[in-house]
Amino acid sequence: MSLLSYILSVAAASVTLLIVIDMLRRNRLRERHAGWWLVGGGLALAVSLFPQILDAVADLIGIDVPTNLVFFVSIALLVLVCIQHSAELTKVESQVRTLTEAIALLEKRVRDMEPQARG
Amino acid sequence: MDDVSSGRRVLVIIPAYNESESVADVIAEVAREVPTASCLVIDDGSRDDTAAVARRAGAGVLHLPINLGVGGAMRAGYRFAAENGFDVAIQIDADGQHDPGHVTDLLEVLADADIVIGARFAGIGDYEVRGPRKWAMRFLSSTLSHATRTRLTDTTSGFKACGPRAIALFAREMPAEYLGDTIEALVIAAKNGLTVRQVPVAMRERSAGVPSHNPVKSAVYLLRAVFALFFAYARPTSGGTDR
Repeated sequence: MSLLSYILSVAAASVTLLIVIDMLRRNRLRERHAGWWLVGGGLALAVSLFPQILDAVADLIGIDVPTNLVFFVSIALLVLVCIQHSAELTKVESQVRTLTEAIALLEKRVRDMEPQARG
Repeated sequence: MDDVSSGRRVLVIIPAYNESESVADVIAEVAREVPTASCLVIDDGSRDDTAAVARRAGAGVLHLPINLGVGGAMRAGYRFAAENGFDVAIQIDADGQHDPGHVTDLLEVLADADIVIGARFAGIGDYEVRGPRKWAMRFLSSTLSHATRTRLTDTTSGFKACGPRAIALFAREMPAEYLGDTIEALVIAAKNGLTVRQVPVAMRERSAGVPSHNPVKSAVYLLRAVFALFFAYARPTSGGTDR
């Protein structure tokens, strides 16, 4: 691996990790949503700093081309994040639904109390 | 507002989405056929003036600022019924396909049941379907008849009467999913030990068109119905994530 590609991979992993940490710091990302991204960024940084980790792990579990391990772990991570997002979305939708009902019930009560607001 | 024969307080719930053309007629007809009942229109995030039309026609209106679908609208309605001490809640479509004249039939049977369905294929009227949609409805009715231990022929009817136990249950648990307000609601009722009965009713020509006979759409409908039914059974009884 050339020095340039080494620097590039370390930089990419560091930037990703820094962005996630900065967003957490500014409350733009909640801790519970950031977990997977921290794990992914951390792994990417470790592997880019010490590529021999990747070779050793790939060898250990019998993957001939170490890059395939990178693809496998990346895709697995993305799938997990997507499933988590779908679950969160479902939860948010049911919360919105409950709030919508509450607003409608309150609006009717207010309207019934203020006859002049009818129409 | 009492049902004269039995002293039950009756609420007619009309879920409406962009139905400003037909909703006033339905309200007037309900007032004529069931004068003792209160009438509540659930305006399910309509973009037209359904809410204003319904108010002018003399109905109470729950205006949902976001479209939630029939299941969502109906849970809001059952909540209103539960909070305001109604003994009976009757669901009627806003497009005029249900004849409010049948409400008394439903109320009569509700005396010894928790839920009464106004069924379209039980002998009265000429509502008919074919192909995959028919298979879907056959499959649904046989499965749900087994679950509720009674003979049901029209499980996806939106014409229903619910007693106090069903109101309390549906105010908590009424799925907003596709077919959740019909198929899954019946499974939930069966799981909670509620009794379900059906009454034959005639359907009128729908102002919003006729049931689809497109075979692809019907096949998709069949798949989604099977899917809905499977998950209705697979779900834990405690009620899921709605609250």
